[in-house]
Amino acid sequence: MIMYALAAVLFGVGLYGLLVKRHLLKKVLGLLILEHAVNLFLVEVGYIEGGTPPIRIEGADAAAFVSNAVDPVPQALVLTSIVIGLGLAMLMVALTLRIYERYGSLDANRMSELKG
Amino acid sequence: MDFVLYGLTAFVILGSIAALEMKSLLSAVIAVGVVGLGLSIVFLLLAAPDIAITQVVVEVIVVTVLIRAASRVPAETPSLRAGPARTFAGAGLALVAVGLLVAAFQTLPAFGSQRFAPALWYLEQAPDLTGAANVVTAVLLDFRAYDTLGEATVILTAVVGALAILRRPSSRKEESHV
Repeated sequence: MIMYALAAVLFGVGLYGLLVKRHLLKKVLGLLILEHAVNLFLVEVGYIEGGTPPIRIEGADAAAFVSNAVDPVPQALVLTSIVIGLGLAMLMVALTLRIYERYGSLDANRMSELKG
Repeated sequence: MDFVLYGLTAFVILGSIAALEMKSLLSAVIAVGVVGLGLSIVFLLLAAPDIAITQVVVEVIVVTVLIRAASRVPAETPSLRAGPARTFAGAGLALVAVGLLVAAFQTLPAFGSQRFAPALWYLEQAPDLTGAANVVTAVLLDFRAYDTLGEATVILTAVVGALAILRRPSSRKEESHV
């Protein structure tokens, strides 16, 4: 339970960054932290006490492997999510740089007032 | 074991707070790197070596890109900082979100107590059906291969999008802005 709560706290920190920060790059950092929190939670859901990685070594006891290995499905999906997070970060950073070049400011509050 | 996990995760949370609150952008970006690398150790302890490796690689790339970006834009000046009203409102909302999440997590089985039902099927059948010793890669590249294809498409789209955004009209005369 404590591990779930810690993932929730990490989520809260990221949410705080997204809500409160006006500097656009800081907002990007907040979103990255939010993403980390969700990934951490999903991996925690698949974990069992004393679990082994879901890799079956040749010649190992198959029954022991099934009873000890952790859930592979969340891990596979989190792997996808991490790599997509990389693409997301690239796109956000590119947009931030472009916005700064165009408007000379990174203030999210001023962004909403600007037109064109 | 448990306390190592708690300690590392608390370290990650402290790093993320530092990343958001540091004045220098370069320090903030490095703090984000600390968060990602700390998490990769947590993943390793949670018996997820594939994720730990991917996390390290992705974090290195992200931090490199962020450092390049941080050197091009101005730091967070005091005038860019949110006022106390907005800070307290945001922090309050974040706290409410954490409270709701923790309340929702009470309905889950306790941490580390059990796996969801499909896990057993995958663990029993996947090594024999696919011939892959690593069940995570079996799920990724066999059972959910279309997801992985979609992932590759997303990455390609993101790269094309970033290039389109960052490309500057060089040789031609700058077109008039709308």
